[in-house]
Amino acid sequence: MTQFLQTLLDGVTVGCLYALIALGYTMVYGILKFINFAHSDVLALGVWMSITIAGWMGMGAAGQPTPPWYMGLLVLVGTMGFCGVVGFVIERVAYKPLRKAPRLNVLITAIGVSLLLQNVGQQKFAFGPYPKSFPSLMESSSLFTVAGVQVRASDVAVVGTAIALMAALQFLIFRTKLGAAMRAVSFNTRNASLMGINVDRVISFTFVVGTMLAAAAGFLYGLKYEGQAKQTADSMWVMLGLKAFVAAVVGGIGNVRGAVLGGLLIGLIEFFGVAYLSSQYRDAYVFAILIMVLLFKPEGVLGRATVEKV
Amino acid sequence: MSRLVDQARSLSPAGWTVLPRLLWPLVVGVVIAGLIQFVIGPNISGFTSKVMLVAGINIIMAVSLTVVNGFTGQFSMGHAGFMAVGGYVAATITYYGSIKLFGTADFAGGTVSWTGAGAFEGPIVGKGDLLFIGSCIVGGLAAAGAGYIVGLPSLRLRGDYLAIVTLGFGEIVRVLLQGTPDQIQPWKAKEALDVPWYELLLKLGGPKGFNLLPTYTTLFWVYLFVVLTLIVSYRLKNSSTGRAFLSIREDEIAAQAMGVDVTRYKVRAFVLASFFAGMAGGLYAMDIGAINAGDLGFQRSFDFIIMVVLGGLGSISGATLAAVILTILPELLRDLPPIWPAGLVLLAGMAAAQKLRGQWRLRPLIVVAVLTAVLEIARRVCVAKGINIADYRLILYASLLIVMMLSRPQGLFGVREAWELFGRGGKKPAKGAA
Repeated sequence: MTQFLQTLLDGVTVGCLYALIALGYTMVYGILKFINFAHSDVLALGVWMSITIAGWMGMGAAGQPTPPWYMGLLVLVGTMGFCGVVGFVIERVAYKPLRKAPRLNVLITAIGVSLLLQNVGQQKFAFGPYPKSFPSLMESSSLFTVAGVQVRASDVAVVGTAIALMAALQFLIFRTKLGAAMRAVSFNTRNASLMGINVDRVISFTFVVGTMLAAAAGFLYGLKYEGQAKQTADSMWVMLGLKAFVAAVVGGIGNVRGAVLGGLLIGLIEFFGVAYLSSQYRDAYVFAILIMVLLFKPEGVLGRATVEKV
Repeated sequence: MSRLVDQARSLSPAGWTVLPRLLWPLVVGVVIAGLIQFVIGPNISGFTSKVMLVAGINIIMAVSLTVVNGFTGQFSMGHAGFMAVGGYVAATITYYGSIKLFGTADFAGGTVSWTGAGAFEGPIVGKGDLLFIGSCIVGGLAAAGAGYIVGLPSLRLRGDYLAIVTLGFGEIVRVLLQGTPDQIQPWKAKEALDVPWYELLLKLGGPKGFNLLPTYTTLFWVYLFVVLTLIVSYRLKNSSTGRAFLSIREDEIAAQAMGVDVTRYKVRAFVLASFFAGMAGGLYAMDIGAINAGDLGFQRSFDFIIMVVLGGLGSISGATLAAVILTILPELLRDLPPIWPAGLVLLAGMAAAQKLRGQWRLRPLIVVAVLTAVLEIARRVCVAKGINIADYRLILYASLLIVMMLSRPQGLFGVREAWELFGRGGKKPAKGAA
């Protein structure tokens, strides 16, 4: 029972991270109809930027007391801001000129951006080629215990922040004028522009929001797995991003609620697979799920089927 | 309807006339590979021949990926996965086959595959060579089977989804291979004799990789397969199958409307490409004497994609050129020779080609001249400042990929081959190109 609950907790926590990343994929896919391969690198950028900002603020050095919670929030906001700017630049420079190009070209460009971010990040003038440890911004001891399961402060912070961000996004998309514009552009770009929506601006905005969510996920990832942040060029980030993409596809790509549902599902499947089957094939479970979903319900759990028209 | 079929059948060549057409690529391959091995091989340094070997394997990978990504327009991102499948199968057969048949896992080949130091006494082709080459072909077939399995979902998937599925396939292959138990070490070969073969097939070394394989891969074998791959893909491009591939790439729905069985051709492209990738995997494994699934993850697939994209999606010579350039570039960048002579030669060549064609277009000439100047200045600055450009190689590739997509999305050559670019009365560039 304890193992079950512990797995449930881990699955939900990581699922929240997947959901945050998946939201970025799904929003960009919903509007631009391409997989933003550079998304996982923005995630890595988020982790490394958090380390850098925390370093600037003098946190995380050995022997220092754990800083108050609002300092962590400050790091989060700073990281999201920085990554938002990076996302804006990426969209302007690499993707905007390709609006009318075939999707394959955009995909290749995205791979190029991904490789560029990875390798620039690894240079000495950026974050350097070595792993660093994430500063401890929270008490690492358990906050409270439920039925033998230790709930750590970082778990609560991860789930809480993720839920807050998702709620904010929900509000933005379904309750504001800008959100209505985003939905309109996603529904039909041409008609949206005829209705007086500045499509380019909406796309830029969507992209920036997606990037900021990935940055937040990066920060939260660092918070949960304090140990080591791998190098920026480590394939682990791509893997994490891919799993989140799988989550977006499982939930129904282009569907915001689907991304959240998919993220939780993938997180739970992964952790239950590891706990009850074998930890060796961790990555294989997720891709097996992806292939199953694509074969039997390609539009995803909450997505709607589209017919390719001539 | 049946009359049409009969007419078509009567037009197709009779059985005996096909035989020479089937065999000449093999003959050409053996001749060229023999020349490279026995004429060029002894006159170059070991390092140069190693680079040539890797370049050859990369050519096979890039050209076979061109069949899927370039001709058919199906974006496969798991090509290294096929390489891993073929490589592991070939390595298993060669390694355990040697143990079962010859008693040891040592080299048992002839002169063609001798890579050790000193002269080799023995036959030109040994019994080990036959085992090796057979294992490479079986590896190719195994990879082709995997390609069939991956190709089937492309029934329902398009574009980005297919890319993700192939990527997922590559990762699943990697994870499964890394989960296998340890291999039986060569010094315990006697134990392996008692183990049934189906159990041996699973002992692939896991995360440590499959090591201490006998090394058979020489320039001869690599370039034999390079020539075969090139001839097969060039013929394919100009065959009805190739035209069907290209039509799927251009417009799947239109191709379907014209009677092209889209699914079948997609699967066919996958199977063909993975066969060559599997063989390349076998060559790769028996070149370094080890194969590790961890090295054949999606990062490796990206390398091949970069080659194909830079060379031009659908150009065999483009992919070949890009594979060669990207293989020697890291070595070249370490100690960069002056660029301007190459630029001048290229300019002169282009000018001569335009003169032959009888039409002057200044823009490409200016582009090449400016590019040469910029690169030369960059090189001088780097040399003066003591910057090692090889460190920034991957940044360079990535930027090149983005710039290429923004400025020349069809790649260096597009669908055309190098010799079609400057040929007299060459085809007009397709709409949307240039």
